[in-house]
Amino acid sequence: MVKVTYVAADGTRTTVDAAPGSNVMQTALDNDVDGIVGECGGAMMCATCHCYVDDDWTEKTGERHDGEDDMLDCAADEVKETSRLSCQIKLTEDMDGLIVHLPEEQA
Amino acid sequence: MQNVVIIGAGQGGLQAAMSLRQEGFEGAITLIGAEKGLPYQRPPLSKAYLKTGDADALSLRPASFFEKKQITLVDGTHVEAIDRAARRVMAGDRSFDYDHLILATGTRNLRPPIPGAEQALDLRTLDDALRLRNALDRPMRCAVIGGGFIGLEFAAVARALGHEVTLAEAAPRLMARAVSPETSERFLALHRDMGSDIHLGDPVCAVRADGITLKSGTEIQADLVLMAAGVVPNSELAASAGLAVDNGVVVDTRMLTEDPAISALGDCAVFPDPVTGRAVRLESVQAATDHARLIAKRLVKQVDDPYGAVPWFWSDQADCKLQIAGLAAEGDDTILRPDGAVFRFAGDRLSAVETVNDAKTHMQTRKRLAQGPVARAALEAAEFDMAQV
Ligand SMILES: Cc1cc2nc3c(=O)[nH]c(=O)nc-3n(C[C@H](O)[C@H](O)[C@H](O)COP(=O)(O)OP(=O)(O)OC[C@H]3O[C@@H](n4cnc5c(N)ncnc54)[C@H](O)[C@@H]3O)c2cc1C
Ligand code: FES
Repeated sequence: MVKVTYVAADGTRTTVDAAPGSNVMQTALDNDVDGIVGECGGAMMCATCHCYVDDDWTEKTGERHDGEDDMLDCAADEVKETSRLSCQIKLTEDMDGLIVHLPEEQA
Repeated sequence: MQNVVIIGAGQGGLQAAMSLRQEGFEGAITLIGAEKGLPYQRPPLSKAYLKTGDADALSLRPASFFEKKQITLVDGTHVEAIDRAARRVMAGDRSFDYDHLILATGTRNLRPPIPGAEQALDLRTLDDALRLRNALDRPMRCAVIGGGFIGLEFAAVARALGHEVTLAEAAPRLMARAVSPETSERFLALHRDMGSDIHLGDPVCAVRADGITLKSGTEIQADLVLMAAGVVPNSELAASAGLAVDNGVVVDTRMLTEDPAISALGDCAVFPDPVTGRAVRLESVQAATDHARLIAKRLVKQVDDPYGAVPWFWSDQADCKLQIAGLAAEGDDTILRPDGAVFRFAGDRLSAVETVNDAKTHMQTRKRLAQGPVARAALEAAEFDMAQV
């Protein structure tokens, strides 16, 4: 298990246990973390799973995937350098402690 | 309003329950579903699931979610009748009282009246997908009846897994109800390149133990036959309760039936298209979830806004991700942009844009259509750059 912390737009922090192999979007839904919608179920079709990876973690989570940029272009909230589609961040053992920040709006 | 009962625990039914809580509804929510187990997503059934067999990945929310949100999930339970006068629904020896009822019963597979049809397999539920997956455990000759999204997605997966595929479509082109002739052509080429044998304009007239027979007399040998010839809305419940039904449960711009205590959403609902007013029924995750959100807002916040979401849809076939933004009618005009994006027009108005592996244009279109109609002349002036209109 790895720990993932979601920081809501209002600063509320929620830390949950996640299984490596799952992704940051699914983990949020499974644990009832508000602020991620994930309408398309991770098919990279909806951009309602937008998150900002904490500065300390961007190296571990890696580059955006092919096509992620285009979807993010149309995310409801501001897109920053650390913006990712959380459904495309697959959790690995070395992401234990990962922190992601959530935008105010998803749709 | 104390009790909301939702019939159908699929994509839209669950979304309605979730949105009610999100909007702050504190009364009881009862979500009744005929299928066993937790609500799940269907799109992967004809895509990733057939390859991976990972059923856990399909659940929309874990069991703990229902407890936490105090949503009573009554699974494996088929509602048989609605008593509108008493505001109660009946299922076997159980009954559930409601102040508001939401019909989210979806569709079921169409079984055309052709001899032997009962031998064919379906692809609608997780059980169906499991059966198909099990059948594909050794090299098979597959015959697919119907060249719509589901038949084609299955064909692409089956080919990728090394099975033989023959597909028969009654219409002269693929996905004819939903896409332009140009997009049909493109996908026909894709499937033929993958080695699938595609028969167009040749309806299936019999299913045999060893394959299918087409109207032209062509006999196709197959070990497995998939029926993917469309769906029928589950609207009998509404009809027998005296509600208007016409290719689905008829609702107004607020997704409300003629009974102010009953709403309907998703695959089973026929609603006025916000742009044209035409009565439409959409089979998409987008429609089911956006309908659900609108209904929840109306019930909790008394917001009476008409439904106005821009339709969008996707289909994965091999390495081609087809995306559709907007809603075109079958005869709409088509203009093909040099890079392959297809623009469709109802008269002077842009009705839909079809793209393949071009999320940018797709998302730009969705965003733009949400702001209002786009005129053909404006698009032409902007050389079909969605960002410039
Ligand atoms: C194989 C497949 C692939 C798909 N791919 C895509 C895709 O790529 N993109 C996309 O946007 N959409 C796709 N769809 C369509 C999408 O899944 C549906 O539009 C969506 O599920 C509709 O949601 P719904 O709630 O209206 O109906 P459903 O999700 O079908 O749920 C309806 C539920 O109601 C239950 N029910 C019916 N009658 C009763 C009753 N009397 N009592 C109790 N329960 C009842 C049914 O058992 C069912 O579980 C696909 C569908 C299938 C089958
Ligand atoms: S869940 Fe839809 S893009 Fe991530």
